[in-house]
Amino acid sequence: MLKQIEGSRAVAEAVALARPEVICAYPISPQTHIVEALSTLVQSQRLSPCEFINVESEFAAMSVAIGASATGARAYTATASQGLLFMTEAIYNASGLGLPIVMTVANRAIGAPINIWNDHSDSMSQRDSGWVQLYAESNQEAVDLHIQAFRLAEELSVPVMVCMDGFILTHAVELLDLPSQEQVDAFLPRFEPRQVLDPDDPVSIGAMVGPEAFMEVRYLAHATQMQALDLIPEIARRFEEDFGRDAGGLARSYRTDGAEAIVVALGSVLGSIKDTIDAMREQGERIGALGITTFRPWPSHEVRRALAGAKRIVVLEKALAVGIGGIVSLDVRVAVAGTDSIVHTVIAGLGGRPITTSSLGHLLTSAVRGELPDITFLDLDRGLVDRELQRRGSKRKSGPHAENLLRDLVAIAAGRA
Amino acid sequence: MSVFQVRIHGRGGQGVVTAAELLSVAAFREGRHAQAFPSFGSERTGAPVVAFCRISDSPIRAHEPIASPDALVIQDPTLLHQIDVFSGLQQDGYLLINSSRSFADLGLGDFVAGLQRARMLTLPGAEIARETVGRPIANAVLLGGFAALTRVVSIEAVTTAIRDRFSGALAEGNVAGAEQAFAFVQQEMRELAGAQAD
Repeated sequence: MLKQIEGSRAVAEAVALARPEVICAYPISPQTHIVEALSTLVQSQRLSPCEFINVESEFAAMSVAIGASATGARAYTATASQGLLFMTEAIYNASGLGLPIVMTVANRAIGAPINIWNDHSDSMSQRDSGWVQLYAESNQEAVDLHIQAFRLAEELSVPVMVCMDGFILTHAVELLDLPSQEQVDAFLPRFEPRQVLDPDDPVSIGAMVGPEAFMEVRYLAHATQMQALDLIPEIARRFEEDFGRDAGGLARSYRTDGAEAIVVALGSVLGSIKDTIDAMREQGERIGALGITTFRPWPSHEVRRALAGAKRIVVLEKALAVGIGGIVSLDVRVAVAGTDSIVHTVIAGLGGRPITTSSLGHLLTSAVRGELPDITFLDLDRGLVDRELQRRGSKRKSGPHAENLLRDLVAIAAGRA
Repeated sequence: MSVFQVRIHGRGGQGVVTAAELLSVAAFREGRHAQAFPSFGSERTGAPVVAFCRISDSPIRAHEPIASPDALVIQDPTLLHQIDVFSGLQQDGYLLINSSRSFADLGLGDFVAGLQRARMLTLPGAEIARETVGRPIANAVLLGGFAALTRVVSIEAVTTAIRDRFSGALAEGNVAGAEQAFAFVQQEMRELAGAQAD
């Protein structure tokens, strides 16, 4: 059904259509309308049977999800930013135990400095946690990925994070096609757990494992994720058959035919990137894009194939690995190792800075001209940084960066500097 | 048609975000693609708030804030001299301000001289809302004026969107206010066209 609806509420509808039996969440910032809408659906019994558990922290949220999933219940939660970090220990437990929990991460920055806006720092920090990570390009894809995520998680017995840009997608009201309950019921089989805590057939889950088998358990987790590389496209294909929409999969190329330069990105920024590419193609530039939907497991072969022939690869990332630069770029470099492609890293949109079509136009034009350095910080206020570096160099007690920069900005705006 | 971009300025508590949503639902009701979203921040009552709406005949991919709006709706005239609400407004852009005063009285005489006279108007939205809704929250009322000024959406789509979102007396009060604002703007524009013809 076509609906003009907020991203968060649409995802809540999609999750409800998947009939989760336990939803647990900590209802304070950073949180979204997703669990708020779900709690209403549970209370009104539109989603039934389902238990909504208001927990005391994100750590408790993931712990309850683990417990619920281990008893064979379809379990769901959502968080972002500091909340995701706070549940980190339990996140690793969920994947280590192979429990098919589905979680939405409404991507936001991580403090300090305190910042509630969007970037990918939070989910990127969990890229090696053993969870599958899917990134939604649009709200429609966020809806569709959630339905696919439960099927993927339960088939492989592995937890899945569906990452969608906080605010940019979660708070946008757009035209979306919401599937019907019958469609989702037909697509998503009943949860048949591979392991279950059942009083009638007692087992223990979560035993201590020493050096004799720990590595083997970890290897199996890796092998399962490698299996996901085959299953994810298969689920996307079936989804398209059933729902008539291309959604999910490993990675998606856009106008890469004959492209000399290809931009690689994840999430909603692909919208502005595609608009920019259309404009540049009209000017005769041979440029295209590759959207990464599945970041974990890393679809190395698909990425290599999609980037084959590109002279320049521009990886635009919304997270910064302090001390080295890009995160996605490293994986892209692994994928194209041994080819002649030059990989550029662009760090953009940190802490909610808008990534505009205008800035992308300038950036990608200099990329095709071969003028892009190895690493670029898009729209970085160099003057502001230089003032602080100078202050730092001139005295020992230079004070905190964040407060200094904010004070400088006020002074500049008032014409005092 | 390309994307028509609208930026709405107001203060926390005035329904600015709801206005953008209602406009997007109105466009949706007419079979168009639309996208509405707020400026992101820690929302507080009384603090400046911005919301955006894009309307197009084809799917909208970009999600960035609107820097160069085709139309600007100012719900709170006290913002006029506080922040740069006019930033990026196109020369042929539309301007609708919620005020019973004229542009000259608002101290905007020089600024609006650079715009097209038939595309800008002040509208006593708060007065209309006080009368029809019972309180001076003019967000939905202004959309009626917006429909008459820009013709980007019809007044029927606006009132349908209002009834989608609200119910009972609140819905009907806002519908009456939007229709009154629509008629007000139509009348103003007729007078303006007449004055120009003379």
